[in-house]
Amino acid sequence: MNRRPMRFLLPVACLFLAAAAVTAMASGSAGIPLKRIFMIILEGKGTPEYGILMDIRLPRVVLGFAVGGALSLAGVMLQGMFRNPLVEPYTLGISGGGALGAALCIVFKLHYLLPITALPASGFLGSCLVVVPLYFLNMRQNVLRMQGILLTGVMTSFISSSLVFLILAISKTDELHSIVFWIMGSLEEPSWMLILIVAAIALACLLLSYFFAPVLNALSLGEEEAVHLGIDTERAKKQLFLMASLLTGISVSLTGIIGFVGLIVPHFVRMMTGYDHRRLFIISFLTGAGFLIFCDTLARTALSPIELPVGVITGILGGSVFIYVLTRRHMSGRSGGSL
Amino acid sequence: MIEIKGLTCGYGEKTILHDVDLSVKKGQFFGIIGPNGSGKTTILRAITRLVKPVKGSIFLDGVDMKELHFSDVAKKIAVVSQNMPLIAMTVREFVLLGRIPYYKKLQFYERDEDAAIAGKVMELTGIGHLKDSLMSEMSAGEVQLAFIARGLAQQPKVLLLDEPTSHLDITHQAGILDLVKRLNRQEGLTVIIILHDLNLASEYCDSLALVGDGRIRKTGRPGDVLDYKTIEDVYKTVVVVRQNPLSMKPFVMIVSEEVREKCENGS
Repeated sequence: MNRRPMRFLLPVACLFLAAAAVTAMASGSAGIPLKRIFMIILEGKGTPEYGILMDIRLPRVVLGFAVGGALSLAGVMLQGMFRNPLVEPYTLGISGGGALGAALCIVFKLHYLLPITALPASGFLGSCLVVVPLYFLNMRQNVLRMQGILLTGVMTSFISSSLVFLILAISKTDELHSIVFWIMGSLEEPSWMLILIVAAIALACLLLSYFFAPVLNALSLGEEEAVHLGIDTERAKKQLFLMASLLTGISVSLTGIIGFVGLIVPHFVRMMTGYDHRRLFIISFLTGAGFLIFCDTLARTALSPIELPVGVITGILGGSVFIYVLTRRHMSGRSGGSL
Repeated sequence: MIEIKGLTCGYGEKTILHDVDLSVKKGQFFGIIGPNGSGKTTILRAITRLVKPVKGSIFLDGVDMKELHFSDVAKKIAVVSQNMPLIAMTVREFVLLGRIPYYKKLQFYERDEDAAIAGKVMELTGIGHLKDSLMSEMSAGEVQLAFIARGLAQQPKVLLLDEPTSHLDITHQAGILDLVKRLNRQEGLTVIIILHDLNLASEYCDSLALVGDGRIRKTGRPGDVLDYKTIEDVYKTVVVVRQNPLSMKPFVMIVSEEVREKCENGS
């Protein structure tokens, strides 16, 4: 795949996102035809179809947009700063911490006490509990050791997943079900407020990320080269790490563990945009958002009325498309493209 | 221009440089020579602040470099290092990265001025025709030229080069050093260069510093530094020094073991 210009990529990414969103709005068991959607929305409240569209499908689309975008953005940042194409938002154990928090919340039945906020809050707290020690354990004389973060992150990931298994082993059947479903990830979220908070944070981080685009471009040559180009790499790494953690933390706490988005989307987009983070950020965000919305629609409708976990779809679909593209590139003799 | 005073530094517990004093004047073509592992590169890394001084200070135009912001240093000092870029990036994009120190707070894209400067330096270094080729597909000599172009895009006062001619044939060695010399003479760029090849150092540099075991062993003009006693002492190798008949600069020849034994037996 050749590198394409922005005037081609940006509209295509927007179109992909729009198509995914419209498909998501139009599909489901209620069977509302595409043509009628606009009519129903224009007619306003009152009809049951309006309720389905605005209260059931739209929140999922918005959440899919926010989380898909956030995870892809975090993936781009982490792959850029670690200069390692295999790093993704979940490598650092943030998701494991979130899962542990949510599992504890379910076991201690906190979500009966605070039905809307307990699960997301404990998921977020769990993520923080991983990030904070990760950050401070790897700080030596004001220098953030990247290799250390990666290793401790992977280890924390193992520890927290073992602890989750421990909880699973000693919990009752109904709790087991809740925990497993939380871990597999879902875009179902009843609170509009939480959805909008996540969307706002994701979009804010997208804007903020542009301040780091030249930094990450310079870092792609290596840390020493970045210093030669006048970048305060230590400060940039810390800020990027915290921003990527925040993006991952809020995503995980609201939707559970939706894998592969943060790994595959940045990779896939990089094949078309090249190294430049000024293109990568926005295109990855839009593509990731569209990809997650599309996967969610598939998860809802493929085996309807059973709803599949969206993480399963992102894994199967994302992984296979990625392998296909990669092998085709190798067959046509192209190399490079990724980091 | 650059004044190093009493610099002691190293990596972690290991001290590499001991009490180094060095002074490079504006417009000088300054060479640093010395055996492998003697601390040449560490001197450069201290100047670019990749290594922090344990003792001593480095002054840039009379200002202690500790006080300077990273981007301010990058506007004055450009580095041509040996780090090969591994990513798919065109030459033009690579050279444009040299403009990053000049980015304003809310600037995310390069301005026309940046593009013009990048174009100019690519012409100056003779890689204008390669601007759309990928860095990963260029020869070693062309990559060096691209590095120099990126350094020039920073519009620096000082250019630091770390062994820019290793791995190159004599055509490219002379080509690169002639280019750097031109920049030094015509644009007034101060050059600090690490060279392995003593004869290249002798030919091109106005002034040399010979480093051995983390200390400055001798500084001065090539004729003063490159005498056979000093070289044999620092490099632990037998050499013969003669004069280049055209430039009148010293020329260092290695004496092989075989020849040495023959001479010793003969005398």
